[in-house]
Amino acid sequence: MKTLSRIYNFLIFGFLYAPIVVLIAYSFNDSKNRVEWGGFTFDWYKELFNNELIIDSLWLTLQIAVLAAVVATVIGTMAAVGIYSMNGRLKTLMMGINNIPMVNPEIVTGISMMLMFVAIYRATGLLQPGFATLLISHITFCIPYVVLQVMPKLRQMNRHTYEAALDLGCRPFPAFFKVVLPEIMPGVITGAMMAFTMSLDDFVISYFNSGASAQNLSVTIYSMTKKPVTPEINALSTLLFGTVLILLVAVNVRQVRDLNKQKERR
Amino acid sequence: MNENKIIELKDIAVSFDGEPVLKHLDLSISDGEFVTLLGPSGCGKTTTLRIIAGFITPDHGDVFFDGKRVNDVPPYKRTVNTIFQRYALFPHLNVYENVAFGMRVQKKSKQEIDETVTRMLQLVNLKGFEKRSVAKLSGGQQQRVAIARALANNPRVLLLDEPLAALDLKLRKDMQTELKNIQKSLGISFIYVTHDQEEALSMSDTVVVMDDGVIQQIGTPQDIYNEPQNAFVADFIGESNILDGVMLEDYLVEFFGRKFSCLDAGFDKNEPVDVVIRPEDIDIVEPVKGHLTGTVTNVTFKGVHYDTIVDFKGFKWLIQTTDFYPEGSVIGIVLNPEDIHVMKKSAYSGMFGDYSSYSEEFDELGDAVAAAEAEEAEE
Repeated sequence: MKTLSRIYNFLIFGFLYAPIVVLIAYSFNDSKNRVEWGGFTFDWYKELFNNELIIDSLWLTLQIAVLAAVVATVIGTMAAVGIYSMNGRLKTLMMGINNIPMVNPEIVTGISMMLMFVAIYRATGLLQPGFATLLISHITFCIPYVVLQVMPKLRQMNRHTYEAALDLGCRPFPAFFKVVLPEIMPGVITGAMMAFTMSLDDFVISYFNSGASAQNLSVTIYSMTKKPVTPEINALSTLLFGTVLILLVAVNVRQVRDLNKQKERR
Repeated sequence: MNENKIIELKDIAVSFDGEPVLKHLDLSISDGEFVTLLGPSGCGKTTTLRIIAGFITPDHGDVFFDGKRVNDVPPYKRTVNTIFQRYALFPHLNVYENVAFGMRVQKKSKQEIDETVTRMLQLVNLKGFEKRSVAKLSGGQQQRVAIARALANNPRVLLLDEPLAALDLKLRKDMQTELKNIQKSLGISFIYVTHDQEEALSMSDTVVVMDDGVIQQIGTPQDIYNEPQNAFVADFIGESNILDGVMLEDYLVEFFGRKFSCLDAGFDKNEPVDVVIRPEDIDIVEPVKGHLTGTVTNVTFKGVHYDTIVDFKGFKWLIQTTDFYPEGSVIGIVLNPEDIHVMKKSAYSGMFGDYSSYSEEFDELGDAVAAAEAEEAEE
């Protein structure tokens, strides 16, 4: 039985990760031929960083990811605080609404946003598909993740903490920044990291909402695969995979650490 | 304590989601007075405190502070400070910064802050704890930080919301004495919310007994205990045997088919009344010498005394006695006029003061349920 379960596990993880392992391996393959191993090389990475198209879209991706993460974190945190202070039924309803974008198929979100932007553009001439539309769409799908990270932190807080600050003479806004924000900060930071990661590796929504003028990395990779694929793409994908992996591990480590801290306090 | 009214609540009514929580409540508090709001959970005592603190605006009625109406004054502008349930300290700040918080908001000078924090920590016996993280303190120490933090703002009135509920019994007793001493030495008013009647009796100048959003009685601890106004107060404060009686004339009451002289007057002729007899006031004698005779049905050792349940013609009384009477023994009791307290009939008549269903486990179960409810109410 034990051997059987091991084999099963091996197969599952094999199917999941073998393609990525192959991709990473080929990114170091000194041969244009995809079947043959021609020795180890960093050439594809060098070429990658000399490819202007890729560097441009990498730069754009980072800009979008940082901006989307910052804006989504601010809006998401405000939303979480607002929803937290609602009473029972309304709170449940709002959390439900918050969760819809996460379970909604990305392609639906992507197309519906594209339709909206096109409609606005037709009507007003504003929001031509490009940087702005890409950024807005990324902010939109990042917000729910921030709300989900901040909410538990608010729940863990003593609900009188904010009142205690008011009681001691602090006005509502300073009270939020002085006592509530430091308490929920771990959730806010984790939320920001999640948002950054989500924005970095998004393809489907970006595909529909980026104009020809502003293409992020995943969209660029996709358009490159239409022509004969060069191993550059392997190198790029490897880098993308590595970055997202590191970010996700960091988020998980933070969460585990936080959980341990909570246990300690009890 | 002087007669200067520092806080007055006039005809206050509040409801949450259509449920009335306070029903036309009037209360005034003197400068320097230690007032306790006492009642079961859900009686409106915490709501009353939060109205004074400014966290709840009453639907109806006015709040006066020093004679000025403060209904619309936000909490951060009121010269009252609160000690919250579970203290609500700021976990990201150390002890010093927690105590200094209010003064930093008011932009006090560094020197003044330093002096006040030192003085406050001395007052609550936490000298040398300045740099400690509040998360690593024990419950009792956190409590002291909360007291120091509130008092550092130099409030005219300190509001305390069940401050000792989370502490164990021994620590609770020590803190009761300490809080009372702090109140006396500072000479400011304390408004103290609790469901623990013993705490209320031992600390307060004035006890306000509340139930169902209504003040049942206001008085000194002695008044409340010796002269309860209705069956609820008699039952909630200490233990009481409450019997149906008829006031034949002034100073003469009849119950159990027997006339007893008492110290109460001012009732109508033959008015039906509730008669309260405290379990510790009852003298046990030989059956032949007693006004009433009954059979012991249950005995529980309580340390100082025995809780003895005695059946008188089917109605069971609780008698607290230092002598042991075994189950099944027949005893007589003598009731002196000062042992009998007569109350007007109220909505609470017939609900309390019968020990027929008495059992130890039942009692403890009740306590556990009450504790769990208190926890929930806090969540």
